[in-house]
Amino acid sequence: MVLLKMKFNQQRRVRLAQGLWLLSWLAVMCGAFIFCLGVYLKTELLRRNEVMENTEIHVVPNILMLVGLASIGTNWVATRVCQDSLDASRFPRWKVLLLAWFVVAALLCCLLLAVVVLSYVLQGRLEESLKVGLRNGIRFYKDTDVPGRCFQKETIDRLQMEFRCCGNNNFKDWFEVQWVSGRFLDYTAQEVKDRIRSNVDGRYLLDGVPFSCCNPASPRPCLQYHLTDNRAHFNYDYLSEDLNLYSRGCRQALTDYYMGLMNSTGPGVLSVILIQISVILSLRYLQTAVEGAMALENPEGDSEGYILEKGVKETFEEVKVKVLTMIKLAQVDPEGVPDEAEAEKAADTAAEKAASPTPAS
Amino acid sequence: MALMVVKFDLKKRVKLAQTVWFMYWFAVLAGILVLSLGLFFKIELRKRSELMDNNESHFLPNLLILMGLIACGINAFGGKVCYDSLDPVKFAKWKPMLKYFLVFCVCFNGLLLLTSLLCFLMRIPLQFTLAEGIKNGMRYYKDTDTPGRCYMKRTLDLMQMEFRCCGNDNFRDWFEIQWVSNRYLDFSAKEVKDRIGSNVDGQYLMDGVPFSCCNPSSPRPCIQYQMTNNSAHYSYDHYTEELNVWKKGCRDALLSYYGGIMNTIGALVVLVTMLEVAVTVGLQYVNSSLSTLANPEEVESESEGYLLEKTVKETFTDIMAKMKAMGKGGKVEEGGEEAVATVS
Repeated sequence: MVLLKMKFNQQRRVRLAQGLWLLSWLAVMCGAFIFCLGVYLKTELLRRNEVMENTEIHVVPNILMLVGLASIGTNWVATRVCQDSLDASRFPRWKVLLLAWFVVAALLCCLLLAVVVLSYVLQGRLEESLKVGLRNGIRFYKDTDVPGRCFQKETIDRLQMEFRCCGNNNFKDWFEVQWVSGRFLDYTAQEVKDRIRSNVDGRYLLDGVPFSCCNPASPRPCLQYHLTDNRAHFNYDYLSEDLNLYSRGCRQALTDYYMGLMNSTGPGVLSVILIQISVILSLRYLQTAVEGAMALENPEGDSEGYILEKGVKETFEEVKVKVLTMIKLAQVDPEGVPDEAEAEKAADTAAEKAASPTPAS
Repeated sequence: MALMVVKFDLKKRVKLAQTVWFMYWFAVLAGILVLSLGLFFKIELRKRSELMDNNESHFLPNLLILMGLIACGINAFGGKVCYDSLDPVKFAKWKPMLKYFLVFCVCFNGLLLLTSLLCFLMRIPLQFTLAEGIKNGMRYYKDTDTPGRCYMKRTLDLMQMEFRCCGNDNFRDWFEIQWVSNRYLDFSAKEVKDRIGSNVDGQYLMDGVPFSCCNPSSPRPCIQYQMTNNSAHYSYDHYTEELNVWKKGCRDALLSYYGGIMNTIGALVVLVTMLEVAVTVGLQYVNSSLSTLANPEEVESESEGYLLEKTVKETFTDIMAKMKAMGKGGKVEEGGEEAVATVS
């Protein structure tokens, strides 16, 4: 029993070919859009490369770029098929290619779905990576004379100013690190000696933050040093002062920014998946209708188009049998076919069939 | 003797009309471009109007918007005329007004050129507006509790951070004004009393700058206060310290920013003017080639197209004579003036 049969006369076939040609060009544009999206995301991630410890999150833009390029090529092939579909002499050469095309197109849809899922799943890993990266950045803030680390100060300062954040979790992270370089400390001064002796590692720790933590929206000039000492500043209460510095941590700020980016691309990616699926379905109808018409005595007569020649279950069984035969041919031993390979191949083809949804059923 | 005569047969006329129609569509896009440039410039001026004392002149962006709108209108009309020029019936209804339309186009092109010139010249009044505005802004930096001025501190801080500048001419401008509000000064402290007593106006002046002047590229943590006192900081010499705070003044920074925008807009408007002149010349050729047809019904015949019906000198004398005749319209005419007016 045929799945989703539709009758096609010559005029309908021509209309289908023309409509599909336009749709395929639209899908080519969508592929280009996906590629540009991937490039943009990758650039944004690379810009803050220095505060990220690993590049696991880069898998999202990498897949987007790959899928974008593959989609451009695949849909361009679809436009060529459409152009040749109404010409009985040129269509047969595409016959062999079409099965492979369906597999590739279905794979692209799956990859795009995977990207949407991954962008949510990898949020935790991104936070971890940022936590470690920022911690290192804050530790090496003072090392402006060490090659390889001399730009950490500028990076962290610009990051805090641009994203309006301070420290890793909050501004108190700066109290635990020596962020003033030893070159600018007067070791003969009593204050410096006191501070250095006050902790085990001999570091110059202070209850102060760099200037880049300052919030311009504060009504008073920025207080950077002696933050926990109420008497050091006039009319100042450390516990109730909330506008003086940025209250957000940079890890939270950066995670929110990247999650926002990836969420806003979600609807775009989903609509591209829908367009790709409609191209796959339409091409299948065109293929079956044109093949049916070519088999008739009068090529201009009516023919039938369908998605699957037999029902889903029967097609699945057929494919399974075909695959088993192929495996058996490759083996000397007719018995003992490895179960994993068989299940994997059956699952692949089942995924291909499942990727074309059946709305009417 | 006509100026720049070109012979046209039917095929050439059709091709000319099609080319000019195509160019008119580009010209419509160019008009939209000028409009959007005017809007962009207007928005940029509005964004920083607080730093210019709300005193800045919006004449140039408004003019650009107006020119863009007029350009879109006349280019769309010109395109329609070109499209109809291939059909003698349709063209006949446009013919009478085409002469005035072309004169209007020439005047418009002149105005467009003037606009582009203005783009390059507007830098000068902007410089003075900016100097006044930033100076006043700095005076109101501390007034975060005065309604109407409470956002000046944030605006100035954000501007200094974004444009990487400090003060009006340089960072020393901050030494001359009190930028710390009295609410945060302990008037019982000796240091505060000394500083207030040290100048005539009783202002709390100090050799320090706000945090937004700090340069992130500096290798040491930012030194904001006691900047001229070398002994206040370890290993510090304020004469040789280059990277601590931004060296550029905000007036120069903002001027080069706006100057860049205006130069780009001016260059683009010059290009649009050239395109407009080209389409006007094209339309003149279309008009003249169709009007010199010996028999309007016989479309296949050859005709001549020209830029001006007579030479430049004669056309100029004609125009002067017409204007004189218009000026003397009410008076009784002498025979001599009539003879001058009819020379051809």
